[in-house]
Amino acid sequence: MILNRRHFIGTGLVAGGLLAAPMVLGQAKPKVVVIGGGAGGATAARYLARDGAGALDVTLVEANPVYTTCFFSNLYIGGFRDFESLQHGYDKVTAGGVTVITDTATAVDPAARTVTLAGGQVLDYDRLILSPGIDFREGSVPGWSLADAEVMPHAWKAGPQTRLLKSMVEAMPEGGTFAMVAPPNPYRCPPGPYERISMVAHLLKQTNPTAKILILDPKDKYSKQALFEEGWGKHYDGMIDWIGPEFGGGAVEVRPDTMEVVIEGEAQKVDCCNVIPGQMAGQIAAIAGVTDETGWAPVDPGSMKAKLDENIFVLGDSSAQGDMPKSAFSANSQAKVAAMAIRGELTGSKVFPAKYSNTCWSLIAPEDGVKVGASYEPTAEKIASVASFISDTGEDAALRKATYEESLGWYSGITADIFG
Amino acid sequence: MAARRAFLALILAVAGASAAAEEIGDAVRGEGLFQRQCLACHKVGPTAKNGVGPRLNGIFGRRAGGLADFKYSKSMARMGTDGLVWTLETLDAYIENPKALVSGTRMNYRGMADGQARADLLAFLREWSDRPQNIPEAEPTARRSTHDLDPAILAIRGDPAYGEYLASECQTCHRRDGADEGIPSITNWPEADFVVAMHGYKRGLRPHPVMQMMAGRLSDDEIAALAAYFATLE
Repeated sequence: MILNRRHFIGTGLVAGGLLAAPMVLGQAKPKVVVIGGGAGGATAARYLARDGAGALDVTLVEANPVYTTCFFSNLYIGGFRDFESLQHGYDKVTAGGVTVITDTATAVDPAARTVTLAGGQVLDYDRLILSPGIDFREGSVPGWSLADAEVMPHAWKAGPQTRLLKSMVEAMPEGGTFAMVAPPNPYRCPPGPYERISMVAHLLKQTNPTAKILILDPKDKYSKQALFEEGWGKHYDGMIDWIGPEFGGGAVEVRPDTMEVVIEGEAQKVDCCNVIPGQMAGQIAAIAGVTDETGWAPVDPGSMKAKLDENIFVLGDSSAQGDMPKSAFSANSQAKVAAMAIRGELTGSKVFPAKYSNTCWSLIAPEDGVKVGASYEPTAEKIASVASFISDTGEDAALRKATYEESLGWYSGITADIFG
Repeated sequence: MAARRAFLALILAVAGASAAAEEIGDAVRGEGLFQRQCLACHKVGPTAKNGVGPRLNGIFGRRAGGLADFKYSKSMARMGTDGLVWTLETLDAYIENPKALVSGTRMNYRGMADGQARADLLAFLREWSDRPQNIPEAEPTARRSTHDLDPAILAIRGDPAYGEYLASECQTCHRRDGADEGIPSITNWPEADFVVAMHGYKRGLRPHPVMQMMAGRLSDDEIAALAAYFATLE
């Protein structure tokens, strides 16, 4: 009995050792490939390289040599930041021990565990992290396709689209109309469309105060609604008209050729139209076979591991994890949990229980900032919210200013955490 | 002064709060403490002016950093905008360990460890609040909450490796390099102060909603682990 038991324990330890530390046996270092160099991917790559302390071979694949953050891009539209302040290179990610490749992944072979890049390179992996953000659902807004984005920009992936939208707002004729087709749930950055409306209103108030803003919304309620409504009444009274699904906001057609939006069969001419279409996981997630019929990639709530492939982890916007909003803060938080889980699997390092958190700040007008946030923990089914808070309506100016300043501190903190 | 004290006693008697009155402390003894330990910087009374520190008449019920004519530290101003209001409970915590409640306060005072002495001092200061009768009875006279941190909690030795993992959550906002821009630095904070501050958020004594949420789900061991990690961070 005692012998049996001892024998069993001994065998277990040997087997565990073999699994946990393959590099000890003279094989190559375990390889982790990360696709997408934003809030999820770059954070995961940096934490894996740093905490792995040389035990892991970490490669980050990102299409752009310089990344433009979608978070805070509304503040550029409002004139509160310059475009360059949204841009971040990968020098410090490289310096942190990550191999950064500027390319796009075009194929994943889950059986062979390889990723093929547009440039022809093939990368082997032991674990693959997908953090590709969002792609748009074709046909979600009748009359609009991605090819129309030069006329009716989405500006929901930051970069040239963001600049285009701002220039179009600035070029609006006096007293003209700005229209936004807001997205259906779920989508990247829940308060984002409404912060954007605030920023467009701020810009127009300076240069074109008789202009009008139209929001065409398929949702009957939205993030921070009471705070935005209060702020719009206070700062932009009479300028903004929100049309929810009850009044046709949910079944809008757009006509890029004639710059019209069609609400309940009635065409209306507008001067600038921001179409934010329905969304799904970044394409590579579907190519890798980790998305389900919803278009998003279901993940294990305790580790961010894809439910459909044990060697693939999915972070941020692309993942279907439960209660967390699709935000940079969430992706950054999830990346740390995934990096710890992957390091544990590949090197045998200690894995602590997962904790997640998120806070979203929004700017309504100069020095009028609000926030919403929550903390989360994994349950058997999903990542579940365990505590939350939201700014109150009627807060005084000093608190709103402090909240705005806090958001600036957060941007500087999180971008340092992501990009070094 | 004597007349004022008699007035206060009358109010308490009318309110039938004689039992509660015993719990505030001895105002006469408090006046002595004030003269020895506070008067060099703080004045109190109807004609009191700001000195090195702000005047203390009317302190009860005032928002932290709430005098327009006094230049407060950034930390104190931030606590005020976050919603810290001076009550018996918050003043008691502040006087016990000023930097544990308001990390960057300019008040150069080590703290008053003796709970009875603090109660006496506060009993004295409360006589100079503008309208003590408007302070809800329950608040200034209630039995002090047990915010004096259990020495057993302070004695927990944190695991810095666990702290490093937990700290990744903090570092989304608080910069590792200690930069202080809109969000305070928490790098190189003395461990005991870190622990007291986090328990202050956890109990809702410190007002910031994000921090109350973050601290609210941390166990005593986890707070100790974070304190251990941040104290040693280069």
